[in-house]
Formats: sequence, C-alpha cells, structure tokens
Amino acid sequence: MKVAVVGAGPAGVRAVEVLLGAGIRPVWIDEAADGGGRIYQRPPAPLQRDPKALYGFEAARASDLHAALDAAKPRADWRPDTLVWNIHSGRKQLNTLNAGRQGVVEYDAAILCTGAMDRVVPVPGWTLPGVTTMGGAQIALKSQGCGIGRQVAFLGSGPLLWLVAYQYAKAGAQIAAVLDTTAFATKLAAAPGLLRGPATFAKGLYYVAWLRAHGIRIAEGVTPLAIEGTGDVTGITWRDAAGRTQCAACDAVGLGWGLKPEAQLADLAGIPFDFDALQHNWVPRRDAAGRSPVPGLYLAGDGSGIGGAEVAELAGARAAMALLQDAGHAVETAALDRRLAGLARFRAALEKAFPFPAHLAAGLPDDALFCRCEGLTAGELRATITGPTVAAPELNRAKAVSRAGMGRCQGRVCGPAAAEILAAKLGCTVAEVGRLRGQAPVKPIPLVATP
Amino acid sequence: MTETRCEVLIVGAGGAGCSAALHLALRGSRVVLLERGQVGGQASGVNYGGVRQQGRNPAELPIARKSREIWGRMKQLAGTEAEFTVTGHLKLARTDAEEADLIAYLDVARQHGLPLRMVGRNAIHVEYPWLGPKVVAGSFAPEDGSANPRLMAPALARAARDAGATIHERTEVVEYAHDGTLFHLRTLAGGTFSAPVLLNLAGFWGGRIAAAFGEAVPIVPLCPNMVVTEPVRYFIEPNLGVVGGNVYLRQIPRGNIIIGGGHGESDPGQPGDTPWSRPVPEVTMQAARLAIALVPALEGVQIIRTWSGIDGQMPDRIPVIGPSSTTPGLFHAFGFSGHGFQLGPAIGAIMSELVLDGRTDIPLEPFRITRFAPAA
Repeated sequence: MKVAVVGAGPAGVRAVEVLLGAGIRPVWIDEAADGGGRIYQRPPAPLQRDPKALYGFEAARASDLHAALDAAKPRADWRPDTLVWNIHSGRKQLNTLNAGRQGVVEYDAAILCTGAMDRVVPVPGWTLPGVTTMGGAQIALKSQGCGIGRQVAFLGSGPLLWLVAYQYAKAGAQIAAVLDTTAFATKLAAAPGLLRGPATFAKGLYYVAWLRAHGIRIAEGVTPLAIEGTGDVTGITWRDAAGRTQCAACDAVGLGWGLKPEAQLADLAGIPFDFDALQHNWVPRRDAAGRSPVPGLYLAGDGSGIGGAEVAELAGARAAMALLQDAGHAVETAALDRRLAGLARFRAALEKAFPFPAHLAAGLPDDALFCRCEGLTAGELRATITGPTVAAPELNRAKAVSRAGMGRCQGRVCGPAAAEILAAKLGCTVAEVGRLRGQAPVKPIPLVATP
Repeated sequence: MTETRCEVLIVGAGGAGCSAALHLALRGSRVVLLERGQVGGQASGVNYGGVRQQGRNPAELPIARKSREIWGRMKQLAGTEAEFTVTGHLKLARTDAEEADLIAYLDVARQHGLPLRMVGRNAIHVEYPWLGPKVVAGSFAPEDGSANPRLMAPALARAARDAGATIHERTEVVEYAHDGTLFHLRTLAGGTFSAPVLLNLAGFWGGRIAAAFGEAVPIVPLCPNMVVTEPVRYFIEPNLGVVGGNVYLRQIPRGNIIIGGGHGESDPGQPGDTPWSRPVPEVTMQAARLAIALVPALEGVQIIRTWSGIDGQMPDRIPVIGPSSTTPGLFHAFGFSGHGFQLGPAIGAIMSELVLDGRTDIPLEPFRITRFAPAA
C-alpha cells in the first residue's frame, strides 16, 4: 500500500509515527528543509539555541516532537524542500516540485497535514516595510534569532498576540504596545469554557500578567486606525475602548487574528468545504477521525480546521489510525477519541474568547489597500457591485471582475478580508459570499523547459 | 406558478447570449436571458481572451470581420472595452511546412479584406528579438489583439439589462417544449417561461437543447488548459499564436503572461449538476515547454494560477449557427470549438437580425445544423 503524508508539523510527525509502527513506510513530504511545522520550527544548524528559550512552556513538547521527527525521517521516504503543488484525487497523484524539478508521487492513501497561516485584517498602512504577521514575527525569532524591529507593536487577537509579545520582550526587544482588538469582557465571558484546558489557559494568563508586571503598554478592545509612516513604520494609532485616539511610536508591527487553514490541496482534491461559524473559517469536511469524503484522503492538524499543536499531534495519529482501520488493521482508538473530543470543547471556548473581528475588515475605508499583490483598495472591491459589469453576487465573481486574489498569494492573504468587505457591501453573511476556489498551483511554480 | 411571457427567450449568458440580449433589447424586443450558472461562467469567461481574425476558417471570417467592427466600439456599446487592446496578432511558424501554411493564408486574408503582413526569416528576429531560434517566420495581423474575457460577458450583460433585457442567473432550464406557436421552458426551480422565439446560445450544452428539439449533433466538451504567470517586465506586445495552435500566449501591460495550450479535463454534468473542469498538470508543463521554445526569456517565470472551462467542439471545428431544421422560431449558435470569444459580439448582432429582420448579410450556410450525418 502506497501511503503519502504531506506535511511534517505536529500532525504529520505523529501520523508518520503511527504508520511506521504498523509497518508502512510512507512517502513523507514537507515544503520546508526540516520538519516541526511552523510552531516547532528549528533554527538552521549554526544557530542552535536552547529549546527553553525558543519554545518557552512548549519546550518539552517541542523536544518530544523533534525526537519523534528525527527518529522517523530515516525510516520513512523523507522528502524535504518539496512543494506539493497539485493533487489529482481521481488518479491518486501528487505533483511535486523539488529544487526546480517536477515530480509525481502516486498514492493509494494520503494524509494531508498542511498546516495553517496567519489570518490578516488589513489596516491602513499594513503594507509598509516593517509590518509582519504575528507568525512571521515569531518565526524570525525562532528560526533566525532576530526580531522584526527594535521597538515593536503587536496588534491582533488570540493567544499568539500575548505569546509573541512575551517572547519578544524576553528576547530583549522593546515592546511599544500590545493592542488586542477583543474587549476584556468578551474574553471574561468565555473564561468558564477556557478552564476546560487549564494548562493552556494558565499559560495565557501568565504571559498577560508578565507583560503587565513589566510595565508594557496594553490595551484591549481597541479599534486600529493606522500604521503610520512613509517608507518605514514610525508608529501606530488606534481608538481605545473609551473612544479616544491613542498612538505609540514603533519601528515594526506584528499583526494577526488567529489562523486559517492552508487547505488548498484538500480543495484541489475535491473535498467539500463548510463554513465553521465559530472559527469563522472555511474548513474541509472530515469526520472526527480525519476521514474526508474523498476516498483515500485523510486530513489532520490545523489544515483541516484550527485546533492548535496539541490537537494536531493527536489528530495526526488518529488520521493514520483511520487509514489503517480502513485498510483492515485493528486499531484501538477509544482513549484518543475521548482526548480529542475534550480538546475540541476547549477550542470552542477559545474561539469565543477571541472572535475574528469581521467588522474591522468590513469597515475598511474605501481607500485602504486590502489586496497587496494587485494593489486593490476596499473601494475597488465594493465597486464590483455597481458595475460596469453585472453585480458580483459571490467572491469568485468579484475576483474575476476586480482581480482580488489574483496575485502571487492567490487570495491566501487577502481572501478572508475580501469576503468580509464583499459580504458587508452585499448585505449578506460571509458564508453566503463563499470562498475563493483553489486553483493549482498551491504556490507559484516556475515555467521550465525540461521536466 | 405563473408563466413569464416575453418575445425572445435566450438560453446561455456567454458572450453570444449577452450580446444577443443587448442587440435585441436595443431594438425594443422584450428579452429574457436564462443562465444556469453565472454570466460568462464557462467558455466565454475562462478563455484566453484572443480577439483574433487571422488563421480562422474562411467561413468564419465574415463574422470575425463584423465582430471586429463591434469590438472597436465596445466602450460605447457595453460601457467598457473590457481591456480590448489592438496589439496585433503574430502567428509563428517553427518549420518550413508551417511557414508555407502562413503564406497560403495570405490569399484567404486578401479575399476577406483582412490586413495581414508576412514577417520573413530575416525580419522576424530583428522585429521581435525576444523570439527563440526555433521560430522561422510569422504573419502579423495588425487589427487583432486581445481583451479580458472575465469582463466582456458581464459587461454586455450589464448593458443588456440597462437596455431593458431581463437576465436570470443560476436559472437552469430542465424542460423544453414547443406547442406549434410558443416555446415553453421550465427551470430547475420550477419557473416557467414562454416566447415565440428561442435562441440556443448555450455553448457545449447547446447540443442538448438541439437534441431536445430533435436535431442532435456530434458535439463534445472542449476545455482549454490555461496558465497565468506572475507579472514581469512588459516586453511581449503582440498576441502570439503558432501554426497548429498547440501553444498561444500574450502579455498584458501590467506584466502577467497568459499561456494556453492543450486541453484540461471536465465533466459537463447531467441536468441539475454543477459542471466542473480543471487543467491537467502534464498539459500545463507541455505548454510551458512550448512557450519557452517561442520566448526563451519565459524560463523560470513563476506560474501563479491555472484554470479551464467548458466549450463545445464540433467535428469540423466550426460552430452551428442559424435556424433550426425542425422547429420554427428556434435559432442556434453554439459549438464554437474553442474560438468563439472574438465572434461573440457579432453572433448576438446576427441573432437579432435573424429574429427581427428574418435575414442577415452574413453567409451562414457553412454553419447549418443539418451538415452532420444523422446520428446512428
């Protein structure tokens, strides 16, 4: 049986581990040079740093995963630096690109563990050099041991906001401000649910408390106004919960509002997507064990709906077990299923605590850029309703008319904001305007003269 | 549910259908246009965007000439020129045989008043220094160019609606009937429409409508395999094609290069289904190789997106255009076989002439629906 696993983050590592345990040697592909995923990304060899400094509270978990990764690599058909740019679920083929060369991987069953990326809400000035996503800011620190600036403001919502600010402060950066678009009351209301995951909740509280104790400027329930500067970032302005305009000087901004699944392969495979109202994300359809409706395809980790690294490890193992079960192996999963169900309840509370600020995207001024690749303003997207063509009733038509999402990112960055802007203009829900359809390649690939 | 009555029913809101709705509405007809998906959602919206006359089957040239005149006033007609740009079309030969083919076509062009200039072996690499050594000659049609297919049908639809036409998107017709005087159409949602005239402008699915009226034709789905690159420095001005048509490419001034060649795969679906189509990776890679052979500087430029859509192809690669042989009041124009985008505006005008004047100056005999042997 030919099995392929795409991705070597927490989900991919645990999936491969289970497969190897059952005597299956999968083709294991990751786009990066090393596994670990974005969350447990390791610095390149000359930059080795202490796991405690890199991963904080997650150091033990990171070290465990790295150990499993390193043990599994030589036992699997490990293919790093390889982009899977297309999938043909009918022929059961993956199209790959490695060092400029095309390849095809055949599979009987495949587990897609494709991870997630930052979810961005455009803010006037967000395209200035020095503005980075929260995840990007964290990777700079983890992988390269450098910060995105010397005096950094963080803007967004979700657990990563506090964690990255804490990590930057610990690394010696000056934190200009930590600006949370979620009001304290919203988080408080979700606190009972958050207690289901006491360790995670306690860690979150610790970061906030640490930042406060170190006198770092913190504001909750803010409305971002603009990232200021011409050529470089010089500051950030916002409206505070009381309606007053505030500002802070800074030379870099990290921003992000949670994560969105990198689910393009699931899309290209023909797996249907559903709008998860709680996550406020489109997620590929799968059962609790990770089986997709497309025969032979399994999904695990944040690429199948945001659950975080701990869930991803369990879900990766579970998807591999589902694959084995479907292949006739007897596998015991009851305990794992109970743990996954418990974590899902905690996740629901977390989403309630840090809701996606749809109103910020929907309310973006007409002259603000939302699509970086094509240089489009919110006003230009809104104009797809009024002509010179028949009105765009959904996102793909708006893309065709306006070019939103037609650039290098193919809507990976601007898609969620575009959906909010269009939905608000049409007066319908964001689920009703749909999502940008996936089109190969998943990421840009070169035109080549020889295959 | 009450039946919606009008003078002309059109099925299919591609370029031809939208143009027909516009031309009829401008002349005062009460028109209803029914579209299963969205305006310009298939062949008209996903094609390469070539506004090309040279190289066409001679039978199509009178339509192409008429259409080119309409393209020239698209801004006045539809409110936008849909990025129509007269860049010229350069058709390239890569062998002696292909060069002979280009030379032979000069006579065809002359007969139809189509300006065409041969660019010989010495001139071709001087005039276009970015062409690769495999290119031996070309013929240049200065009146040709390209437009943005994503904009054209929706713009014509908007203009048609402004002129009084009614357009229903996401309205699939599932039942066709004719009572001797009126056509009666029923939609998937249960709506009913009637009119004394029915225009079948439904692309690949036009074959199914013809079959519903007892004149089935041998039509098959055709899916162009399309690629677009990241934007790079603008240097390819003319729209490029080759003899044989296995690759074609153009660059838009903002820098992206659109490359077509070969065919994707599709399922047009049964009534009620959502059709799908998609490019095929090996075909994309083959088109890349052929494109690099024409323009070596393309090597390494990044592909950012690929796509396809569904057109209808006839065995002789020219469409069915004209009145039904079985049912009075029914007119067809479908099966454009992968090159209907340029023709769409004129097809709408011709349909309006057939309906309102009972005649057109354009010779339609080669496109008659009865030209195929009856299906066994």
